[in-house]
Amino acid sequence: MNSFYPWLILLAPFASATVITLFTLRWKSLSSAISITAVLVSFFCSCLVFAHSAATAPAFVWLDLPPIFRVPLGLTLDQLSRTMAVVVSGVGALIHIYSLGYMRDDEGKSRYFAALSLFMFAMLGIVFANNFVMLFIFWELVGFTSYVLIGHWFFRDAAADAANKAFITTRIGDFGFMTGILMIWMTTGSVVFAEIAPRMPMFGSHATFVAIVALLIFCGAVGKSAQFPLHVWLPDAMEGPTPVSALIHAATMVAAGVYMLVRVAFIIQASQTALLVVAWIGTITAVMAALIATQQDDIKRILAYSTLSQLGYMVMAVGLASNEAAMFHLFTHAFFKALLFLAAGSVIVMLHHEQNIWKMGGLRRKLPITFATFAAGALALIGCPPFSGFFSKDAILAVAYQHNLPIFAVALFTAFLTAFYVIRMLVIVFFGDPRSDSAREGHESPPVMTMPLVVLAILATLGGFAFFARKFLTLPTEKGAAVIVPALAIIALILGVGLAFTLYRGRATEAVKVELLRRKFYFDEFYGWLIYWTQELLARVAAFIDRWVIDAGAVGGSSRGTWGIGALLRLIQVGNLQAYAFLFGLGVIALIYFAVMR
Amino acid sequence: MITLGDYLVVSAILFTIGFAGVMLRRNLIVILMSLELMLNAANLSLVAFSRFRVGPNGLPDYNAQVLVFFVITVAAAEVAVGLALLVALYRARQTTDVADIASLKF
Repeated sequence: MNSFYPWLILLAPFASATVITLFTLRWKSLSSAISITAVLVSFFCSCLVFAHSAATAPAFVWLDLPPIFRVPLGLTLDQLSRTMAVVVSGVGALIHIYSLGYMRDDEGKSRYFAALSLFMFAMLGIVFANNFVMLFIFWELVGFTSYVLIGHWFFRDAAADAANKAFITTRIGDFGFMTGILMIWMTTGSVVFAEIAPRMPMFGSHATFVAIVALLIFCGAVGKSAQFPLHVWLPDAMEGPTPVSALIHAATMVAAGVYMLVRVAFIIQASQTALLVVAWIGTITAVMAALIATQQDDIKRILAYSTLSQLGYMVMAVGLASNEAAMFHLFTHAFFKALLFLAAGSVIVMLHHEQNIWKMGGLRRKLPITFATFAAGALALIGCPPFSGFFSKDAILAVAYQHNLPIFAVALFTAFLTAFYVIRMLVIVFFGDPRSDSAREGHESPPVMTMPLVVLAILATLGGFAFFARKFLTLPTEKGAAVIVPALAIIALILGVGLAFTLYRGRATEAVKVELLRRKFYFDEFYGWLIYWTQELLARVAAFIDRWVIDAGAVGGSSRGTWGIGALLRLIQVGNLQAYAFLFGLGVIALIYFAVMR
Repeated sequence: MITLGDYLVVSAILFTIGFAGVMLRRNLIVILMSLELMLNAANLSLVAFSRFRVGPNGLPDYNAQVLVFFVITVAAAEVAVGLALLVALYRARQTTDVADIASLKF
């Protein structure tokens, strides 16, 4: 069945972004209505596509330079992309509605909703792209909308800097990504996923080359999914509005890297070296982010580091060649992390944009719905049975246990840390006594904000059960080790929760201070230093070349050369007519001598 | 018997006198006259060459004599232009002394 509505998923948000930007910037409620309608259309069409597994979409040829370069515009409609589209547009729709409440008094509401629509267009484009060129274009568009939305409050220096940082840092990864795409095209002569897969033997037996290509492709995911060592932009991206953090920097865009890796898994899996590197990068990111999260004071930054940590888990699963486990965790994570961010947003709005957890406290009575939903999200995040996170994290741990014990050990330790820092945050924010005036006199958020919370809480609770998830995903099959892994995971969980409760129950200040972790392993300082010195060195070399080679050598040299020759030649101008005539005669004689005698 | 060598010696002497005049005299009119002297020295040697180069038919080689007419014509034009410049110069500077015309000197 070939029909046009799959294209509508993409085009509805795009039309919305266009209309808002061109015509309705001045009518804020109209703009938000257009944007929400568009995302609902997308969600509806995604559900239709999901329900009709045989649906196909017409494809167009965009660039055709036979015989070497052909870029079709087509949609991949397999189970992976259909599930992802439902998740993206579903979470996106909820967050659009939530934004209506969160951004109700914002000056740039129209701009915000236009960017949100453009983001949905780009993100769904990544999901459906059937070739690398299309993927890369939407990939960059997503980066651009992320930049616009992080810098939504651009008059704040921190937000503007964070937007720049996010854009430039991901650009480093994208450079590798593009190089990888070019190398694949060079070798196989195609950019279409379905055509590359059967041509993988064309790489022959060059193991190193395959590994390099796979790792270059992985670079794109490192940047976009904020993996070590390019993770520094994601915590700073929390300067954007909270719904943006929920949608882009937790549920969808940062998961795009993982999604892309799963989409091109056949390339990554062609090289054992690449798989190992991917797995270890994921593991390092997971444990490092969890360690940093234990010492942060900003509620959104704690959530950002937990996002990093969970993305690390997903990348780890990709590296262990278990796409099912990665997608399962991506699926559940999208719900519970969006939920956590939106609940945190509800807290932040209530406290008049206070994000420091030590200024909160005792909020469970003031914000019952927010508390209940936040707790559901938190329990899902730490992998507490029977919440969704338990199942998906357990699947990844089981894969790690089977394939790579060191990674399993680190992942287990990360699970313990996750339980510790999430419960720490929960205890400090919602229990104990209120620690500021605004925390004492808060009230629950309006229904337009709590309704999405409830929906997401239900999804975060149920999303892991096999009867629900199986409709959307191929679940990883667990072989052996079925008892020991969940048992160990639950022990780690209980240890983490217990430790957090004993340390932070009823406390009003930080119990343990670890400067190394509070300063995020000094990554920002190190990068600042590195950039300062490489840039300084480069600038010095450039200045030297400019000053001494170009200015002094080429420009100054030619001028001084002309001047010097002129100075020499004017000595001949003696002002005596007969001397000129004499010299002229000598010249003639010399000419005759050279012309005739030689 | 006057030989070709005698004519050439006279021609050389005339040329040297002219050259010395051009190089040493300060008055522009005299320099112009010396230039004419050098041209006529050249004419003399050309005519002498013509006279002493006799062809198989007993006639001299007239090519050189034709060349002399050209030289005379060109010299007339040169004198006309040169004197005109001289008059213009005199009107501008009230001098014909080359030592006073040194504007290009560094």
